[in-house]
Amino acid sequence: MARSVTPRRKLLNTTVAWAIGLLIFFPILWTILTSFKTEGDAIAAPPIFVGFEWTLENYRTVLERSDYGRFLWNSIIIAGLSTVLGCMIAIPAAWSMAFVPSKRTKDILLWMLSTKMLPAVGVLYPIYLIFIELGLLDSRAGLVVVLMLINLPIIVWMLYTYFKEIPGEILEAARMDGATLRQELLYVLTPMAIPGIASTLLLNFILAWNEAFWTLNLTAVNAAPLTAFIASYSSPEGLFFAKLSAASTMAIAPILILGWFSQKQLVRGLTFGAVK
Amino acid sequence: MSLKSTLRAATALSLITAGSAFADGHSATITIATVNNGDMIRMQGYTDGFTAETGIAVEWVTLEENVLRQRVTTDITTNGGQFDIMTIGMYETPIWGANDWLVPLNDLSAEYDAADILPAMAGGLSHDGTLYAAPFYGESSMIMYRTDLMEAAGLEMPEAPSWSFIAKAAREMTDRENDINGICLRGKAGWGEGGAFITAMSNSFGARWFDEEWNAQFDTREWSDTLNFYKNMMDDAGPAGFATNGFNENLSLFNQGKCGMWIDATVAASFVTGDDSTVADSVGFALAPDNGMGKRSNWLWAWALAIPAGTQQVDEAKQFIEWATGKGYIEQVAANEGWANVPPGARTSLYENPNYQAVPFAQMTLDSILSANPNDSTVDPSPYVGVQFAAIPEFAGIATEVSQEFSAAYAGQQSIEEALEKAQAITNEAMEAAGYR
Repeated sequence: MARSVTPRRKLLNTTVAWAIGLLIFFPILWTILTSFKTEGDAIAAPPIFVGFEWTLENYRTVLERSDYGRFLWNSIIIAGLSTVLGCMIAIPAAWSMAFVPSKRTKDILLWMLSTKMLPAVGVLYPIYLIFIELGLLDSRAGLVVVLMLINLPIIVWMLYTYFKEIPGEILEAARMDGATLRQELLYVLTPMAIPGIASTLLLNFILAWNEAFWTLNLTAVNAAPLTAFIASYSSPEGLFFAKLSAASTMAIAPILILGWFSQKQLVRGLTFGAVK
Repeated sequence: MSLKSTLRAATALSLITAGSAFADGHSATITIATVNNGDMIRMQGYTDGFTAETGIAVEWVTLEENVLRQRVTTDITTNGGQFDIMTIGMYETPIWGANDWLVPLNDLSAEYDAADILPAMAGGLSHDGTLYAAPFYGESSMIMYRTDLMEAAGLEMPEAPSWSFIAKAAREMTDRENDINGICLRGKAGWGEGGAFITAMSNSFGARWFDEEWNAQFDTREWSDTLNFYKNMMDDAGPAGFATNGFNENLSLFNQGKCGMWIDATVAASFVTGDDSTVADSVGFALAPDNGMGKRSNWLWAWALAIPAGTQQVDEAKQFIEWATGKGYIEQVAANEGWANVPPGARTSLYENPNYQAVPFAQMTLDSILSANPNDSTVDPSPYVGVQFAAIPEFAGIATEVSQEFSAAYAGQQSIEEALEKAQAITNEAMEAAGYR
């Protein structure tokens, strides 16, 4: 039975939710504001919140100095393809674990997740040497494979959780109606799990977009994505905070816009199965 | 999915991911990994001229200093061949040169005039007398101080002050009510941040990292004196939270008029007298302090261009190095942007140029560089080369840990004695594991 909520309680809940939301969003807001300041205003103490001289100079400098389009295109290709490739492998894997589990399914799932607990730097040299041998250094193909592999455990876990919520009887009925395995996956399971699959795709796209360790270490010029673009504006000797903020804003803008337009789908997917 | 569809998808993936391999139309393209600072960024703006002269295109990979160090170290140790030129410092050059990871630069052209490179820089970028990296710019450290505050305190800064004068001046200039700190110094953990400062300072107090048998020396009175002097002075006259301040934090404080003195890289002189500084008209310069023991507390560093042994384009890379670190580049920058903006600290001829001598901080920068000797940086003999570091591969890791202990002591999380005890244990353990002891 639903609990009745008093107007006062509702106001309190809304205020708390907004406060938490603003707190989480504040670093991004501050970065965006700083990107429109002069370098002098960017380091002012106490910090200037709104009463500063707005300028687009930092964006002009960044666009002049760097080939933003190339970094952006690399990010789209690397994050997009690694996510799609990951899903192509993860959907059948999660299906088999959810609907045809074996004695070892739980162990396999845990083992897959445990690979995420290994510090990435621990395997940097072996991967780097493999990339040299295969000629994959500074290539988008190499990064697509690496990012797909490091995000695969999360994709499988998420999809497995969503698939477990779908009654197996529906799939059995489809089989009794003569559906092949491919038809069962494509026309029965996938449409029912669309919210879950969509949120998995989005989350993994965001993870791949923001991944900085491998993208910085395995690229130089040709395949460098937006993480390398941001790194090129960070400096321990020189006050370039406004330019760094402009570069950061340009790097996160596409993913922020994507998140904004897909938030309904994302929330629906993340809460999929939470309420029966 | 049918076999045909799979093949189509795979072909599309290959075309998309491999597309950029065919994008370049130049006959030769060199890739340079570099650090993000004002002088390096300025150089990138001039490379079109180099390409027009030689037909060699240049691709830049610009990274933050620590990321760059990790990136180029991974590449050179695996012979990855990702870069034709790497921007490295005085710490890496002798170590990498000794391992034959770098191409020797002893055969640069006569017009380049390698003999013009400042001897201190050439010495720090060589191994066994062979030059392995050409300095793009060099720096030492010196005192930058507010002349107006010094005058108001009734003091006069000597050209070569002692630590006791600096401590006295710092306390006199401190005005907590008006948010003015007598002195701003690095305290941030990291071998290149607070670690570099305290090591250079310790040299002037007679301390050293290792004795001649590579035993750690943090249990000596000299180290205790260094850290106690630093902490007492900073507690009395430093900014709040100095234990987490590095170059940028202190630059920001100084430019806002919140520091009476700042001892840091000579390259900062152009920042504190530049447009972003609110105190540009009242800045004076002096040599880093000493303690009457024959060694000053200034460091020596250079950002230099080196050619990794794995590159296939040695000749093109050498052409670029001659262009970027030669006299012509300095003249080009001076003509376009003024003498105060040329890369300092690399060439003797720059300091003989009357136009450059007119720049307010030029002479003090040169004097600071000349007073640092990486081959004889400590009062008592030591087995290592380097002023603010020991040029051994293990140093960066050890010094980062040690500086973390020191920063914790500055912040009051432990005593100086505890920090030194831990530093001694960390260092001896690491040196034993590495086979030095």
